Amino acid sequence: MKTLFRLLKGYGKEAVLAPLFKMLEATFELLIPLVVAAIIDNGIGNRDQGYIVRMCLVMVALGIVGLVCSVVAQYYAARAAVGVAAKLRHRLMAHILGLRYSQMDALGTSTMITRMTSDVNQVQNGVNLALRLLLRSPFVVFGAMVMAFTIDFQGALVFAEVIPLLCVVVFGIMLITMPMYRKVQEGLDSVTAATRQNLSGVRVIRAFRKEAEETESFAENTWVLTRRQRMAGRISGLMNPITFVVINLAVVALIQVGGVKVYSGVLTQGLVIALYNYMSQILVELIKMANLIITMTKAAAGARRIEAMLEIRCETFDGGRQTECTGRVEFRDVSATYEGASEASLEHISFTAMPGQTVGIIGGTGSGKTTLIQLIPNLYPASAGAVLLDGIDVQAWNQKALRGQIGVVPQKAELFRGTIRDNLLWGREDATDEELWQALETAQAAQFVKDKAGGLDEPVTQGGGNFSGGQRQRLTIARALVRKPAVLILDDSASALDYATDAALRASIHNMENPPTTFIVSQRAASVRHADSILVLEDGLLVGQGSHEQLLKSCAVYQEIYYSQFPGEVVHHEG
Amino acid sequence: MKDKRQIIGQVLHRMRRYIPAVAGSLLMAAVYVAASLYIPILVGRAIDCIIEQGKVDFAAMAGYLLRIALCAGIGAFAHWLMTQINNRITYGVSRDIRNEAFCRLQVLPLGYLDSHPQGDTVSRVIADVDTFADGLLMGFTQLFTGVLTIAGTLVFMLTINWKIALVVVVLTPLSLVVATFIAGRTHSMFMLQVKIRGEQTAMIDETIGQLKVVQAFGHEKEALEQFDKVNGELEKASLRAIFFSSLTNPTTRFVYAMVYAGVGLVGAMTAISGGISIGHLTSLLNYTNQYTKPFNEISGVVAELQNALACAQRVFELIEAPAQSPEPEHSQMPQKILGAVEIQNLEFSYVPEKPLITDFNLSVRPGQRIAIVGPTGCGKTTFINLLMRFYEPLNGEIRLDGVDTADMHRGQLRSCIGMVLQDTWLKAGTVRENIAMGKPDATEEEVVEAAKRAHAHSFIKRLPKGYDTLIGESGGNLSQGQKQLLCIARVMLCLPPMLILDEATSSIDTRTEIKIQKAFQSMMEGRTSFVVAHRLSTVQEADVILVMRDGKIVEQGSHSELLKKNGFYAELYQSQFALV
Repeated sequence: MKTLFRLLKGYGKEAVLAPLFKMLEATFELLIPLVVAAIIDNGIGNRDQGYIVRMCLVMVALGIVGLVCSVVAQYYAARAAVGVAAKLRHRLMAHILGLRYSQMDALGTSTMITRMTSDVNQVQNGVNLALRLLLRSPFVVFGAMVMAFTIDFQGALVFAEVIPLLCVVVFGIMLITMPMYRKVQEGLDSVTAATRQNLSGVRVIRAFRKEAEETESFAENTWVLTRRQRMAGRISGLMNPITFVVINLAVVALIQVGGVKVYSGVLTQGLVIALYNYMSQILVELIKMANLIITMTKAAAGARRIEAMLEIRCETFDGGRQTECTGRVEFRDVSATYEGASEASLEHISFTAMPGQTVGIIGGTGSGKTTLIQLIPNLYPASAGAVLLDGIDVQAWNQKALRGQIGVVPQKAELFRGTIRDNLLWGREDATDEELWQALETAQAAQFVKDKAGGLDEPVTQGGGNFSGGQRQRLTIARALVRKPAVLILDDSASALDYATDAALRASIHNMENPPTTFIVSQRAASVRHADSILVLEDGLLVGQGSHEQLLKSCAVYQEIYYSQFPGEVVHHEG
Repeated sequence: MKDKRQIIGQVLHRMRRYIPAVAGSLLMAAVYVAASLYIPILVGRAIDCIIEQGKVDFAAMAGYLLRIALCAGIGAFAHWLMTQINNRITYGVSRDIRNEAFCRLQVLPLGYLDSHPQGDTVSRVIADVDTFADGLLMGFTQLFTGVLTIAGTLVFMLTINWKIALVVVVLTPLSLVVATFIAGRTHSMFMLQVKIRGEQTAMIDETIGQLKVVQAFGHEKEALEQFDKVNGELEKASLRAIFFSSLTNPTTRFVYAMVYAGVGLVGAMTAISGGISIGHLTSLLNYTNQYTKPFNEISGVVAELQNALACAQRVFELIEAPAQSPEPEHSQMPQKILGAVEIQNLEFSYVPEKPLITDFNLSVRPGQRIAIVGPTGCGKTTFINLLMRFYEPLNGEIRLDGVDTADMHRGQLRSCIGMVLQDTWLKAGTVRENIAMGKPDATEEEVVEAAKRAHAHSFIKRLPKGYDTLIGESGGNLSQGQKQLLCIARVMLCLPPMLILDEATSSIDTRTEIKIQKAFQSMMEGRTSFVVAHRLSTVQEADVILVMRDGKIVEQGSHSELLKKNGFYAELYQSQFALV
């Protein structure tokens, strides 16, 4: 909530003027019953037509002034709400962009998206309504009571009794039903989950002939939901009838009291009517207030979630060193531990890759391959030891300059909306078409891009869905090559390519004019066997390092991996 | 777009068992409206008993006050009853429709489910049903009470004084004019806001979804700049849309204030000439307030009803989507499943213009191991889909032990085939429940034995609650490999006479894979098995390797035969060892 209030401070004028004008409007509304009383007592009582016309004109004037006040208030409230929402979105986006990989993983994509969309919208609605109604509604309720006191003390006592009673009813029912509606939401969530699960597992469910069982358990889910809905509905359905009875009984009491007072000459008929009119105003505002509170609790919950996200600290190391570099990568006794993890993902890794060399990284799932390569562009910080690029610690580099030297091809090949050209220019903004084609050629992607009707201008849909997995992968490789990186990292990037294309790709990278230092992460021995040096990882430890031939002789883990993929060669090598 | 009347017809058809309830609800609504409209009259009469000092008719007043209390009680009770009935209908109808939709999902052809985004189908079953039930039924009662209130108020006002009633009748619709005017003007602003918001959401989706790429390419600043541009546009569009639409309330309230003043003026003038009493005037002013409210509600209800109908249409589209071909009346099954598979002239395509599988012939002897290899998109998985009858062939037939599978009950056919897919799907539940999916009455020993054979036992033991560990939706905290081991254990527990392994080990590292391959070997012993594989190393032991390309079998034979042939397979195989 702190951030929200800090942002609201930027809209101080709006945040003050909106409620203020709303209250002005309410004040004019509160005057109406008095005018009506005056019409009845003075106008009709004295048969004074001129007076009646004048008083009705006063009502029109009050209406016009009220309208103007209200419009001003709506404008300022909307401006503050929309402005705060836009600033929140900006802050969130800036914050998210600076998060570390581990933090992103811990948060999850869908959470981050929800924060930026529906949570921010809820805050916007909350701010907007709060500025408009938070002061107005209580003001009208208590204003009506105050006005009643100016008319008659005993009549006002009815108000003093009814208002707390109504508050108890309205807010009490709200408080009781809020957890019940949360239960309803939970029920709905489990119905949703059941539907989603049934769809995603449709093949398995049908293969195991579980359709009838699934239908049965779904019906059970919907039944639970219905029961909870009915239970909540039973209580919340009481609100309207109870307030209806209370208000009308209050009217009965008012008229009774009024009758006695008029009889003794303390009140006039018009004033009794004014009291009656004030009573009718209260209920409407109380209901508005109850709705406002629901919106506000939602908004507050959203704001808290946003706040929690903004509080995730992210240290950025920005050393500021910038130089051209040759691509020598050195690991000096590097260990890496994910935040919150008890065990290190990598321990005591040391190796050096010379410019232009190819380094293969192989190991089972969870052995730390991906962690290792993410240390090079400083996407994760090393928890001990140092990662050096051209002899300079990566944390001492200017981050943008560092990452500008490194081309990364992620495991999951995804593209951005736009054209092929837009996507390739991510690599380097000022690359010429010739350079783009060159990169495509090297990435074995030139042919299918040429075959597309639009060539480089062929549109790319979100995520790159209009290309096949293999094509996407080659395009992401081309994207990394466009920047002519000193270091190229292929994170299992050839998994969607068939062996022939994979081999051609490796050959063409090798034959580039200034071949980058290339890291190839793979589970396939075939992809790394021709590397100058292969790093074998197991459970975060470097258990082998050397060429294919050396490792086949000396490294048990490598042997096991290799022969598991090439069973036919066991005899040949061992013999 | 379907005819609206048709949709309404379907809705009514599904509501027939609620007709008495609806009638009851309407009756209660009428009682409530009558009571709430009668009260202002009673108040007016009570006030007429209070004239001035010394002139108050307490006896008559007490009578009126008692009647007010009585009316309040009756009205409140009727309202409560109406709400309860409405809840019963709304929640009941949405439950009925959800259950019906879910039942439909079980018999829809996979072609439908594969071609419709999952999120869209889920939102039809969840959100659309909600909007439909809420909107249509609540809207209906609101419309009814609204119309009743307006009509009732008019009648009551007319009985008091027709001239004043005329003032109200003529002036109040002004608020509707104002509201429609504003809604019309703001519609384009809202559309713009929706459009920009959609753009922004797509951008957020993309940037956050690929955050790692953004960071790896050092694109943070550009991404933020691009975002800010859209964000600024959205701020502008939202401000206009929100502000201008928020004018509806103050302006309609202003119109009502004018009507109120008008009634006050005409009413007071009439009162002077003795046309009405002061009590009447109070009742009239009160009615003016009551009369205007339903107008606001009704204009909202119309939009809501339209929205509800649109949602109903989406739900019915799902419920009425054509189901898969019905099961044969007299399901035929071979006496004993041996596992001989005969395929003749099989043809299939997802889209009519693009034939995928053509001229596919295959003959498999019982117990043979068939490996299927080929480049992505060549039809390997499609073939498996046809074998399991997830999809139906366009032409040709698949015979199992001499019986056309099309003549079998799908469930019976599938019970003969154990399947492990690349897509590791687990249901939310315990590890044990997942393993015992095909055999819910399995003993503890059987479950553990299956897990051991699938090499899953050792990691299950280390889970916080062992076999009772809860697995969340989509597998939760298990690694891809662990999930796959559970899927394998699931099949191990109830081994049918035939097996399908579709890229079953692709997400497991090769060392674990070796262990599993051993398990598979013993599993496949004596069973006809189909193995789809990416890695050629895993298929070399197969009896027959089918090499597929563009939906056809281009080569067929054992590993050594195919290598000798020096064709497409040999080319694929050699590329693994290609020298750089």
